[in-house]
Amino acid sequence: MRVKKFIPLFAFVLLTGLLFRGLSIDPTALPAARLGQPFPPFAQPELLSGDEISDAALTPKPALVNVWATWCYSCRVEHPYLLSLAEQGIPIYGLNYKDDSAKARDWLEQLGDPYRLNIVDVEGSVGLDLGVYGAPETYVLDADGYIVHRHVGVLDEGVFTRDFSRWFPVGATSEPMPAAGEGL
Amino acid sequence: MTRVEKVLILSALWCLLSVSLGARAVIETYAFSSQDLEARYHLLSQELRCPKCQNQNIADSNAPIARDLRVVLFEQLEAGATDDEILAFMVARYGEFVRYRPGMDRQTLLLWAAPGLLLVFGAAGLISHFRQRRVRAPGVLTDVEQDQIEQLLREPRA
Repeated sequence: MRVKKFIPLFAFVLLTGLLFRGLSIDPTALPAARLGQPFPPFAQPELLSGDEISDAALTPKPALVNVWATWCYSCRVEHPYLLSLAEQGIPIYGLNYKDDSAKARDWLEQLGDPYRLNIVDVEGSVGLDLGVYGAPETYVLDADGYIVHRHVGVLDEGVFTRDFSRWFPVGATSEPMPAAGEGL
Repeated sequence: MTRVEKVLILSALWCLLSVSLGARAVIETYAFSSQDLEARYHLLSQELRCPKCQNQNIADSNAPIARDLRVVLFEQLEAGATDDEILAFMVARYGEFVRYRPGMDRQTLLLWAAPGLLLVFGAAGLISHFRQRRVRAPGVLTDVEQDQIEQLLREPRA
């Protein structure tokens, strides 16, 4: 009988806990369905050379695959940081997602080119196979070519140190780049 | 404000409202080879959730990714894929999230079980509530209560 009195209190505490937990969940963060799988096979042109490339071209690994486009403002924001990662020797492959290839080439010429190569994906079909739902997105391929991490949104030093550095120990210990605001 | 003015303003507002509602619908035309495919297209496009704009299905959303998924849906239907194959294709890329009726697994178990659990809790609450009332209902007082009443009746009124 005495326990019964406390039922509303228990219910209240439970509900409060549930709602409080809900506050710390980002509803826009989607789990990546492709985690633990190899990069989906493709045969697309390369942005600068125009040669047809396949998933076999994504060597060396571990590496980053960065989904970008010239229409994507946040891509411009993260671009200087990608340049600094490339300077540290981390291989970055670009997926030029639903973009105008001429504009994309101009972009690389003007802002610098951090990519080992760029997959041209005008139709967004490689993006679809990868589960891309916007740009920028950055994927980590481990040494065996499996997708082990996805980051949605701007990649910066903080995110890299927190989520990426275990696959790229070099990047974590290097000097921070001061040029993060360049091009804004 | 005269009555005529009021009517005019109201009808103008109504026109505006209907225009903006109309503009929200996605305008796209697909030439389906059969009515059956078209019907399945409408069902599936309402069942698939847009990954970008989370509380819309791909039929309602204007997001580019929703448009892409509609194109894929159309192409796969025309190519003869079954509903299950199409859903599996989408889930492989965007996870169970992309379905408004996700399959049952460890992650979605609570989601599926919640209505049943709530029903059970509610029913249990109601039953215990009415049980208690029935015990009290006949109006029979305990000895202690009878004594209390008699005592109260004996007390002089203030």
